[in-house]
Parts: sequence; C-alpha cells; structure tokens
Amino acid sequence: MFLQHLPILQIIVPLMAAPVCVLLRRRERSWAFALLVSWVVFAMSVLLLQRVLLEGTIIYSLGSWPAPWGIEYRIDAVNAFVVFLVALIGAVVLLYAPRSVFSELPEVRCNLFFTAYLLCLTGLMGMATTGDVFNLFVFLEISSLTSYALIASGPDRRALRASYQYLVMGTVGATFYVIGVGLLYMMTGTLNMVDLAERLQPVLMTRTVLAAFAFLVVGISLKLALFPLHLWLPNAYAYAPSVVTAFLAATATKVSIYVFVRFFYGIFGTAYAFDTLSLGGFLVPLGLAGIFVASLVAVFQTNIKRMLAYSSIAQVGYMMVGVGLVSVSGLTATLVHLFNHAVMKCALFLAMGCFILRLGSCELEDLRGIGKRMPVTMAAFVAGGLSLIGVPLTVGFISKWYLVLGALERGWWPVAVLILLGSLIAVVYVWRVVEVAYFHEPTGKTAAATEAPLSMLIPMWLLAGATFYFGISATFTSGVARRGAEVLMAGLAP
Amino acid sequence: MITVGLLNYWVVVVLMMVGFYIVMASRNLIKKMVGLSLFQTSVFILYITMGKISGGTAPILAGPGTTYSNPLPHVLILTAIVVGVATTALGMAIIVRIKEAYGTIEEDEIRSMDANS
Repeated sequence: MFLQHLPILQIIVPLMAAPVCVLLRRRERSWAFALLVSWVVFAMSVLLLQRVLLEGTIIYSLGSWPAPWGIEYRIDAVNAFVVFLVALIGAVVLLYAPRSVFSELPEVRCNLFFTAYLLCLTGLMGMATTGDVFNLFVFLEISSLTSYALIASGPDRRALRASYQYLVMGTVGATFYVIGVGLLYMMTGTLNMVDLAERLQPVLMTRTVLAAFAFLVVGISLKLALFPLHLWLPNAYAYAPSVVTAFLAATATKVSIYVFVRFFYGIFGTAYAFDTLSLGGFLVPLGLAGIFVASLVAVFQTNIKRMLAYSSIAQVGYMMVGVGLVSVSGLTATLVHLFNHAVMKCALFLAMGCFILRLGSCELEDLRGIGKRMPVTMAAFVAGGLSLIGVPLTVGFISKWYLVLGALERGWWPVAVLILLGSLIAVVYVWRVVEVAYFHEPTGKTAAATEAPLSMLIPMWLLAGATFYFGISATFTSGVARRGAEVLMAGLAP
Repeated sequence: MITVGLLNYWVVVVLMMVGFYIVMASRNLIKKMVGLSLFQTSVFILYITMGKISGGTAPILAGPGTTYSNPLPHVLILTAIVVGVATTALGMAIIVRIKEAYGTIEEDEIRSMDANS
C-alpha cells in the first residue's frame, strides 16, 4: 500500500512539510523538521530506485485516472537515478546547513529559508518524476521560483541583482518551454510523454513541430546553462548563501539536463532529433566551446565560488558533449557525470561554506595558508578538485573515461583530445587554490582561523569520500547509468 | 475567414516580440518586469486560441453533435497565470529589495555601483 504510492509520496511529503516550517518559527526547530523530512524523502528515493532496478519501469496514475487523460508518473532507470541524486544531495546539504545558514541569514528569515528549500526540493523531485509535460512545467516553476528566493537571501546585496537576472532569464527559458509544449499540444492533443512520442511520429516534419523543437531546445538549454546561455549562472552561484549554492549546483542544472535528454531522446526520438535535425552537430561544438571558454574564465577568477561556478558551466559542457554523441556510451557518460559532478561540486561548495563561516570570505587572497589552519576542510577541497580534474581513483576519471570512450566509438578522436585538453585547464584553476592554501604562510584573516565545526565537516566528507568510493567501485553508478542510457536510446515511442 | 482565424496568432506574435524586446532592451528593472509579463501573457493567448473551435461553445454536452471548445488549454492557462502572477510578484519583491540596497532601479547605475565596490 505504502510502497505503491512511493512516486507521489516523495513529492507530497516535502510539499506538505514546507508550510509547517513557517509555523515552527524557531530556526532550530524548523531546521530539525526539514532535516527529518529530507531524510524521509531520501529513504523513499532509495526504495524507489531499488524497486525500479528490480522490477523495471513503475507507472503511477495520479488519482487513478489512466493516462493519457490523467497525469502519469512514469519512473524508469533514468529518473529513478536522478531522483535518488536530488534526494541524496538535498538530505546531505541540510545536515550541513545549520551553522552556515544561521551565520549568513538573519534569525527571523531562517524558517522561511527552510520552507523555500523544501519547496525547491519538491519542484526538482517533481520535474524528475513526472511523465506529463505540463506538470513538468509547473514543477519547473516551483523549483525556479524558490531558487530565485533562496539566491536573493544571500548576505551580499549583489545576490539581489544575481537573483533578478536569473529570474528574468529563467522565466524566459520556462516560457519558451511552455510555447514549445503548446505547439506540440496543438499538433497532438496530448501532454503525456509516451502518448506524445507516439502521436508525434506522423507529424514530425510539420512546421509547427519544428518550431516547437526549436523553442524547447533553447528553453531547456537556458535552464541547464548550456554555453552561451549560461549568463545567469556565475553571479547566482557566487552570491547565493553557501548552502544554496551547494544544493543548486548539484541538482538544478542536473535535473534540467535530465529533462533535455527525456525530451530529445524520449519524446522526439533519436532518429528525428539527432539524425534528421542533427542536434548533435549543435550540442557537441557548444559543449566543447563551453568547456574551454568557461574553464579559461575560471582560471582568472579571484573569488573561488565564482571560479567553481564557471567550472560548473564547463562540466555542463562535458555532459552535453555526451548527449551529442548519441550512443549508449555517450549517454552513460552524461548520466554518470550527472551524478559524479553533483557529488564533487557539492563537496567543493560545502568546503567554500566552511571557509566563509571561518573567514567571512572566499576570495583567493584571503585563503593564504589556509591548509595549515583548516586542514580537514582544505583536504576535502583537494579531493573535490582532483575529481574535477579527472585523476584516476576519483569519480571524475570514471566520467571522462566513458566520455572519451564514447567519442572514440564514434571515431571522433579530435573530440576526445579536446576533452582531455579541457581537463588540463581544470588542473590550472584547482592548482591556483592549492598553491595559495598550502605554500603560503597564514596571514591576515587566516592567521586566527580554526577548523570548521564537526557538524559541517561530516556531511562534507560524506560527499568527498563518495568521490573516492564511487571512483574506485563504479559498478553501481555506471551500471545504473548504462541501464538508463539503454532506456533513453530506446525512446518512449512504442 | 482564414485571415480572421489567424488574427489571434498575429496578435500573439506581435505581443510576444514586443514583450521580449522590452525584456532585452530596457535598462529599468520595473520595465523589464512589464516586458516579461507581456511576454508570458502572449503565451496565454496562444493556448486559449488553439482551444477555440469556430462555432464552439462551452463544453456542456447537450446531446450528440454538440460542438464545443477544448477546455483543457483554459485549465492549463489558469495554472500558467498563477505561475505568471507569482513570478511577477517575486520579481517586484526583489526590485523593492534592490531599491533598498542600492537606492536605484536602473541597471546601469547598479552595475557601476557593483563595479566600484
């Protein structure tokens, strides 16, 4: 009975819990409650992933209305994996949150912060779960609106401008998405993904569907920060509260990438999207350009949060190259990197949160000698940094391995070379931080700094440890990713 | 008849582009929000238009052969209107905070203040 309703419960529970956080008022109580909810959600996502891996696709009809009339939640290996990732990050980041949030936000706003956080979690889980394209839009807006609010709650006034910029670009992206969905609805009269995939087949070459395709590509690419549509991202990540940056960097763009592959592999189908309209010829160059431009910009940043934000854009580039390869290996690389990058980038941003708590800054020049004062935090940063570069035994290596393999399978060796060259730039920007942290004497702000509290170190090291664990024993992540890739390559149309 | 039938779509296209242009070209934050609302509203009209059938009435079945307009787009747009209102409200709230923090809502001035700080 309970198990049967898992797909909807993991969305309903945080949704219903969010207003309770407002009523709890005191910041400790609302945090404890949000934490409880997020771990319940995580437990449910684990159960769900386990069931999907054992039994195959789960179909859940909302209110028992059968699809295509009712909304259908359709969970296969791909979204179960994404849901698991979002729930994992949501739970671990909340465990880390209290010290950081209480120090960065005024006391009266903390309960509202946790409310928005739970709503954002709801939206992201919903986007990954639903099998209805309009329902997806609603969840997209739930997660976007709350993330604008979360970003705006940053301590610096520049957070407001970043949030406003994101609001404008995010809304334009979401509206493009609605236009695309509307045009598809015009041609097919359905909003259910499977039904849509089937009914689109005879009308694929009409001008309406072509226009819908274009709107959807641009709209979703805006949300996932594909170069050159990434302009909202660096400021939003740099000025948001540390906890929000860690959470959004690990989940928001990832869920959008899931939506992208669901649309263009699942609904439109590979034959149409990649063979007829050669979307790959558009994604691979933009992905590669993103890797190089964003990585090079990252090298010249003085604010490390901003540097990591640019690195996120570069990593999105890797994932989109994987999407553009149109093969099981390429998609496996994308899905595995989705998970791996979320884990490593979350650990890195959590380390930034520790620096901000102790030093009040994450400017490079303020971190002189920090490796001697906060060795545990800095070691986590190095662990994440090694993953970002793609050193063997870390998760970053697994992702790049599959990606290079995918490129070579297609015979695109220049792409493989460029992917490896991109990693070299990551060495440069990670090294800049390592050099300042370990090869300078502690001066100024760092002189009096002490190690971050255990309540922050443990969640951070959970993720930093995971970058090694899944780097050495990659059977779980790459196994699930491969199954997901096979599901995607098959498409949704029967 | 066909031109009249397409009239709504022309209105949608014009409104959409006007709204989009305001979002991109305007340097005033409030005007940007106005453009964004206009842009979203044009999509509402697009949806409502596609549900309309000429001669169709409200979807109340009064026996076989009743022609009625598709009610689903209306319902979808009710949701989208709520989303649009929420977006505008949040945007306005952020603008209020920006005005408090910077003392201006002109993007150029805010940018130069950020560059100097």
